[in-house]
Amino acid sequence: MSKPCFLSSTIGRKVIAAISGLALVGFIVVHLAGNLTLLLPDGGAAFNAYAHKLASLGPLLWVARAGLLIFFLAHVLLAIGVRLDEKRARPDGYALKASKGGPSKQTLSSRSMLVTGLVILLFIPFHVWMFTLNKGTPHAMVEVHGTLVKDVYLAVVTAFKDPVKAWSYVAVMLLLGFHLRHGFWSAFQSLGVLRPKWTPALYTVAFVFAALMAVGFIALPVYMLYFGPNPETLRVAVAGH
Amino acid sequence: MKFNVKVWRQSGPNAKGGFKQYAVDGILPEMSLLEMLDVLNEQLTKQGEEPVAFDSDCREGICGTCGLVVDGMAHGSRLKCTTCELRMRHFVDGGTVTIEPFRAKSFPVIKDLVVDRGAFDRIMAAGGYVSVNAGSAPDANAVLVPKDIAEKAMDSAACIGCGACVAACPNASASLFVSAKITQFSLLPQGQAERERRALRMVGQMDQEGFGNCSNHAECEAACPKGISISNIATMRREYMRAARLHEERAEAGGGG
Repeated sequence: MSKPCFLSSTIGRKVIAAISGLALVGFIVVHLAGNLTLLLPDGGAAFNAYAHKLASLGPLLWVARAGLLIFFLAHVLLAIGVRLDEKRARPDGYALKASKGGPSKQTLSSRSMLVTGLVILLFIPFHVWMFTLNKGTPHAMVEVHGTLVKDVYLAVVTAFKDPVKAWSYVAVMLLLGFHLRHGFWSAFQSLGVLRPKWTPALYTVAFVFAALMAVGFIALPVYMLYFGPNPETLRVAVAGH
Repeated sequence: MKFNVKVWRQSGPNAKGGFKQYAVDGILPEMSLLEMLDVLNEQLTKQGEEPVAFDSDCREGICGTCGLVVDGMAHGSRLKCTTCELRMRHFVDGGTVTIEPFRAKSFPVIKDLVVDRGAFDRIMAAGGYVSVNAGSAPDANAVLVPKDIAEKAMDSAACIGCGACVAACPNASASLFVSAKITQFSLLPQGQAERERRALRMVGQMDQEGFGNCSNHAECEAACPKGISISNIATMRREYMRAARLHEERAEAGGGG
């Protein structure tokens, strides 16, 4: 028989989508953990130290970035492929379409994976522009534990004092929550690791996980907008300590 | 009971189809949806109109021949129920019932509500069998199958191949059907000889037939009249990954699949 091509089979493609998705989930968890240091009442010392640590990884940082980019591209391309398959496999749709409920896990979240994913895809360049490349946000250096580091904290505080930016972030992070609600459990099903007993449990865990991620990422802009320090007086206040 | 039946009419495979509405009266609540269509067809025949073509055979939910999308759901709104077992008492008297054929590129419409499910036959022919030596039947207990394994295999073997999973899937994927067959054979000792070849070939044929990919919506499990679980799909993925790996190893050893 002809050599089966694992990667181009429907199953192989799901496996890659799942692995890349879980890798991106890992990134998100680390990213949120780092971001939560923004909430510490230390004038941004912990957050700036974290940002500095990342930036000083040197070549390792670029390896991580390349890895992320590869996982991201693989994930996006496969997702678009699934959608194209869908159009090709059912050119004539139904006049009426309804979910039967019961064991069905067809939800707004599962149906909108491509849309939520694409919004996140469009969001990332803005996010990188604003905070990684530090464009359109104030540049400053600050001393943390005796070393002079880039004041990313000031950039974040300034950006989120703008209600448009803050609420846009909230909206995108809400969509991220929707994406994770279906994506997280679905990845395990795609990898074939789910036993019948585990499916309901993991489905619930996925909901809790998605909610935690969304709440965590949403809390930051909302906190900065309403309770965050005033960027104008921020460094003066820190200096006065 | 009275109904306004909105049904898909299409005179042939390449003809352009469309919905037609008919009023039917005198329907008993105990009648099945197919019997309601029988009443409608009798009415149409008397009026000199072509009756609505639809598939049915056993009319007791075990053969997998019938299959309609009723009010947007494959086999109608009832869980674990075939179209032939769907009773009219589950519908609102005087309401509209919308009936469409299963929709998928791999299930082309032949006429009205009848679709060609030959794609499933070709998937079965690709690997949905076990090879046994012909001759006298082997002793019943010569091959031992543990009770729990037999039960599990039976859960998958309950698939009647009706195609509702494809019809209900937002992507028109055949994953539930194919996975039920692969799982059933992979569990039983009789299925071991062709285990890897079967997984590779059946999945290969499924992809070749042009079914969509699976997005884990689990709508298929809800539509399945036999309640086949999507854990079969997880098993199929494991089986396929295992088979792809072993196939590679055997090819290196000079064997091949």
